[in-house]
Amino acid sequence: MAGTLKLEIVTPEAVTFSDDVEMVTLPGSEGEMGIYPMHVPLMTQVVAGELIVRQHGREFMLAIGDGFVQITGNHVAVLTDMAIRAENIDAAKAEEARRRAEARLQEKLSGEELAAVNAALANSLAQLKVTRRRR
Amino acid sequence: MATNRHLRRRIKSIGNTAKITRAMQMVASSKMRRAQQAALAGRPYALLMSRVLGEVTADNIEFTHPLMEPREVRKRGVVLVTSDKGLCGALNSNLLREAAKLDPQRTRFVAVGRKGSQFVARTRRQLAAEFNYSDTPRFAEARALCQYVQDMFLKEEVDAVDVLFTRFINTLSQIPMLQPLLPVTTIKDIRAGVAHETVSEEVKAGGLEFLFEPNAGEVFGALLPHYLNFLVFQVLSEARASEQSARMVAMKNATENAQQLIKDLTLDYNKMRQASITNELLEITTAQLALG
Repeated sequence: MAGTLKLEIVTPEAVTFSDDVEMVTLPGSEGEMGIYPMHVPLMTQVVAGELIVRQHGREFMLAIGDGFVQITGNHVAVLTDMAIRAENIDAAKAEEARRRAEARLQEKLSGEELAAVNAALANSLAQLKVTRRRR
Repeated sequence: MATNRHLRRRIKSIGNTAKITRAMQMVASSKMRRAQQAALAGRPYALLMSRVLGEVTADNIEFTHPLMEPREVRKRGVVLVTSDKGLCGALNSNLLREAAKLDPQRTRFVAVGRKGSQFVARTRRQLAAEFNYSDTPRFAEARALCQYVQDMFLKEEVDAVDVLFTRFINTLSQIPMLQPLLPVTTIKDIRAGVAHETVSEEVKAGGLEFLFEPNAGEVFGALLPHYLNFLVFQVLSEARASEQSARMVAMKNATENAQQLIKDLTLDYNKMRQASITNELLEITTAQLALG
């Protein structure tokens, strides 16, 4: 297929990914969407989930958190609070984080804390989902 | 005239000061490394976010958000980010010199860090609120500050909000910077103060119109507060990195000065000691000569 997309995934801690790829599948807030080169300019939100990248004919996955995506023709910029390559996910740690978040949810929390815990829970769930997919 | 004993005492006391400044230098340099890392790590995110926002708002004129609407500026809010403690060289004085240039009648300060609130109180300017931030700034702190500033803007207590902070360049140089924060349209070209990254070619040339999913209102409703929160967080991180770097350098200079001073005084002390020995010898020999 002609052309490639420049994919950039940036988190507050680091630039996780920046390279040319053939296709990206994103967990958009309205459902999954696949992005090919020459996509119409689009701005949307993403939710915690799995992001699939196809590069050199091979696919790999990343677990990402909440964030935003900007697409301009052949440039995809993903701004998110978490992004981990599937092979770097520590399943045990993610499982533990999920359990901790669920335990916190049982307590009485103020609105802001609740949002933070929910985000943490969504992030660990996304990581677990990606690890399960890989097997 | 300084006596021997006097000099010895001074050398000892300067030695003690040097020990203290050396210890403070060590503390500052370990904190500095962490703070610098945090400040540098956040930059790509801040940069990309402002670029995205800049590109998206460039052509999307039909939609506005309350946080984006410019008004005639009668009252200006300034978030003044300083350190809590001194002993960091000219960092705060450089920053506060900039603050002093702002019109006292039309500026309301939001002080972040103790030095800033002391300045505002001392010069009898208008202080709207005071905030703290920890050694490694937390996102929640930035969010609280940001919430307050947004409320101030939306209630029309102020018509624009700027941030005055010390931008971290490297360990040896930090510069005070006044960066617009609200209304958001004014940030568009600032790109978080980092080297001007050009808007991508296609956007400039084609005047792209963006689609929004689910719709512009919802995307902006989520993006703008997040953007502001992160920008404030980044500002706090930069300010901390600057502070620790400045302190490290100041303490290093202090230690070096103390050592130089000890060297000079020791030289004086030895000269004086030798002079007194020579004197004594002279006395003995003259006495002997006189006795014949």
